[in-house]
Amino acid sequence: MFRKQAFKAALLSLLILALFLGAWSLATYRKDAPATSADAEYAALMGKGRSTGFPTPAKVGEAFVTYLSEPFYDRGPNDKGIGIQVTHSLWRVGLGFALAVAVALPLGFAIGMSPLLFQALDPFIQLLKPISPLAWMPLALYSLKDSDVSGIFVIFICSLWPMLINTAFGVASVRRDWINVARTLEVGPLRKAFQVILPAAAPTILTGMRISMGIAWLVIVAAEMLVGGTGIGYFVWNEWNNLALPNVIFAVVMIGLVGMVLDQLFGRLQKLVTYREQ
Amino acid sequence: MSLNNPFDPDSTLTGCSCGRHASQAEHELADAEALNRRVIQSTVMRALFPQDAERRRFLRTVGASTAWAAISSIIPFGTLEAMAQDKGSLEKKELKVGFIPITCASPLIMADPLGLYRREGLDVTLMKTAGWALIRDKVTNREYDASHMLAPMPLAMSLGVGSNPAPTNVMTIQNINGQAITLAMKHKDKRDPKDWKGFRFAIPFEFSMHNFLLRYYLAEHGLDPDTDVQLRVVPPPEMVANLRAGNIDGFLGPDPVNQRAVFDEAGFIHILSREIWDGHPCCSFAVPTEFIRQNPNTFAALYRAVLNAAAMARDAKNRPLMAEVLAPANYLNQPKAVLEQVLTGRFADGLGNVRNVPERVDYDPFPWYSMAYWILSQMKRWGYVKGDVRYKDIAEKVYLLTDARRHMAAVGMAAPRDNSRKAVIMGKEFDPARVEAYANSFAIRKA
Repeated sequence: MFRKQAFKAALLSLLILALFLGAWSLATYRKDAPATSADAEYAALMGKGRSTGFPTPAKVGEAFVTYLSEPFYDRGPNDKGIGIQVTHSLWRVGLGFALAVAVALPLGFAIGMSPLLFQALDPFIQLLKPISPLAWMPLALYSLKDSDVSGIFVIFICSLWPMLINTAFGVASVRRDWINVARTLEVGPLRKAFQVILPAAAPTILTGMRISMGIAWLVIVAAEMLVGGTGIGYFVWNEWNNLALPNVIFAVVMIGLVGMVLDQLFGRLQKLVTYREQ
Repeated sequence: MSLNNPFDPDSTLTGCSCGRHASQAEHELADAEALNRRVIQSTVMRALFPQDAERRRFLRTVGASTAWAAISSIIPFGTLEAMAQDKGSLEKKELKVGFIPITCASPLIMADPLGLYRREGLDVTLMKTAGWALIRDKVTNREYDASHMLAPMPLAMSLGVGSNPAPTNVMTIQNINGQAITLAMKHKDKRDPKDWKGFRFAIPFEFSMHNFLLRYYLAEHGLDPDTDVQLRVVPPPEMVANLRAGNIDGFLGPDPVNQRAVFDEAGFIHILSREIWDGHPCCSFAVPTEFIRQNPNTFAALYRAVLNAAAMARDAKNRPLMAEVLAPANYLNQPKAVLEQVLTGRFADGLGNVRNVPERVDYDPFPWYSMAYWILSQMKRWGYVKGDVRYKDIAEKVYLLTDARRHMAAVGMAAPRDNSRKAVIMGKEFDPARVEAYANSFAIRKA
């Protein structure tokens, strides 16, 4: 029954894709206008004969083939393969995210366990949370004096808030019964934190991490378009300069794919730590 | 430095004339080294045999190879060669140099594939950068050792206008001319600037020749650039996309952006910037003052490399090859056809005409003090600097004219004898000797 539905769903997905590609081909189909220009030199200088306008699926397919067939080429500092670019972006995201975990988890724990601290810090969190991470970029560049570190800082600051809030929330809403049981058994505070609260709050904490990772991946593209150098965002920017839309579309799809893999990864982790009550 | 004529059926573009080097340029470099060796050898031989007849007799009797073996066993030719090349040991060999992907940066980019940096013992990494503000920040942070900059930027940075003071120097001008006013296709009947009220124009940066030239042009036609039009800072690579999207009506931008707008049928070239001021400076090659103090020998080596590159770029017959070298993604990332039109000056204007302007862009490296004077006069005119401007002090501090002249002589380039010269800008004379009066002479200015 389930298998049958999965098969049908896959079929439907393929159909939607085919429809989309068909509509795209149709929309971008052009008859080559015959070169009637009287001035041949002018036409040549204007690059007549090359295809203009929005790229066809075939053109984009070509971009996929060229970039994926050689993902790790390195032709100097400003022209690297897509594999190298994605690795650079993942490295920045990973580092910023790890820093955010290192700050958000202990702080979230403290806030979750102490209502006083929660109330005291709440206004600051509420104020800082809605700031677009990219708004930090000029400040970071000015004070950190390094564009790479600034990029990592921006990832750090944007991943911090969802994790912090979710950790605090998860810790604060651990069932009172369990805490009371721990108290009756005279469990030490460290053991209580690691063996009672952490497992109970883990699903909520991981939800926060998953949200953070999603935001971090969104932000890294924009950040790299701003500071440049390396990364998938820089790749998009570089191809945009050349108005090479097939390559931009290729990059957009790649960004989506990597984002999806990251999200799935955290989805798995989340399942792993969820304790099912029967 | 000459490159192979790409239209010569007998010459190859991928290799060199002898076939042992990757390009003709490298071949000639090797030639230069061979020449250097020759000079040393003949100097030694002249010292050993003051009478030339004696030298010839000696060579004839023992044979050239025996003579060579005998002499090189007592004279360390290798060491002599090394000494001739060693122009002071380099303090820093690995350098990061920033650039914006526009044709103004051609010399400093070309120096890389031509091996001009390597020849000086420098290992330069060229860093493509997303905008001028970022260039400024990365130079102040010392992430970059040197950089492509707009000619007014080092002046503004040294003065601390628009940023914290960061003493920065202009080593050479990168290019003169090579900019244009491009308008959106829908304005092709509005060629008179008097009809431009309410237009939105893009400029690459506040402290750019583009900003000052556009303001000058508009003001000469009776428009106040601060109230009658809108000027927006847009990084050059993003200008075409914005023009096409209708976010702006036009821009005074660097090439190849203007030609790219024509190529993509988003706009047409209204005028070239040389029609405003023929010979105006545009971009420069700049270093932080601190870098010069810490690395005097590296600085000198860098100077020789960029000057040689400028000499190469000035030569019209190198331009088609430059278009080919600069086109890939690692450098400008533009179609070769676009770059060729910019560099050779034979181009489509977007209105159906082919124009032939060989002087469209040129690469005169000499940093005239008068250029700095003019820039400062316009900064004063438009209120970027207030109060008395010490033109002479600032220009002489920021523009390294004396160093440029010395190094130009060293690499065999002719440098002008004067430090300043008059210019005619849209029919109005600019006399650097009377710059204060000039700055105050404009009817349209910021109050």
